[in-house]
Amino acid sequence: MIEWFAWVQVAVAVAAGLLCLVLGFARRVPNDLTNGALALVELLLVVQLVFAIAAPAFGNEATGSVLEFYVSLISALLTPPAAIFWGLLDRTRWSTVVLGVAALAVAVMVYRMLQIWTVQQA
Amino acid sequence: MTDVRSARPETRRGWRMSGIGRVLVAVYGVLALAALGRSFVQIVSKFDEAPLAYTLSALAAVVYVVATIALVRSGRGWYRIAWATILFEFAGVLVIGTLSIVYPQLFPHDTVWSWFGRGYLFIPLVLPLLGMWWLATHRPDRAADAA
Repeated sequence: MIEWFAWVQVAVAVAAGLLCLVLGFARRVPNDLTNGALALVELLLVVQLVFAIAAPAFGNEATGSVLEFYVSLISALLTPPAAIFWGLLDRTRWSTVVLGVAALAVAVMVYRMLQIWTVQQA
Repeated sequence: MTDVRSARPETRRGWRMSGIGRVLVAVYGVLALAALGRSFVQIVSKFDEAPLAYTLSALAAVVYVVATIALVRSGRGWYRIAWATILFEFAGVLVIGTLSIVYPQLFPHDTVWSWFGRGYLFIPLVLPLLGMWWLATHRPDRAADAA
């Protein structure tokens, strides 16, 4: 896991989350912009997954539980597609709010992953 | 606004998953996923360190999953199950939250509910309140006018 990249992910996910919440409460149904924001969050997660798999080979080992790290990462990877899928089935503004909730949840999960990787004492 | 409403023909009588209730369900879903994942990790890697805390974590995770399902499903039976699970969560977060502060040695390892759900941004404390409010305002028999 690359620390600065994780912070970029948190920033993008928070921005995407706030954007979707605002547009959702402004009664927009999910559109290319909001779905695209979640797709970007997902893309960054996939990149982070590649980094995480490759990092130990370059001497960048997780300090905490690797199992917990990957459970968080996989949960995070599942979240944006689930929210986008939800929005395809349910064409209301609340689906845009759900996209926002999903993006914010990813931000929290990435932050947690960063903690596990860098500052875990256990 | 009108086009949004007409895009949703299947608003069924007694369906709690209308309007902002869907957001509640989504938040419950995320919390259920997070609690399940964490509890899975705890039980697989270090169950013997704190069996009580980790058993509670697993129980809490299962209850969150059931609550999520109960909020989505319609009908009186599911409505009661939703109440039961949400009340259980609320009692859990209050009792375990208080115990974890007063007798920290009982819970040397975190559960979802330790410190009133601090590890989860206090969402476990706030969510049951929102859930109870939602259920109280969306009883199965008058859900049609409330939606």
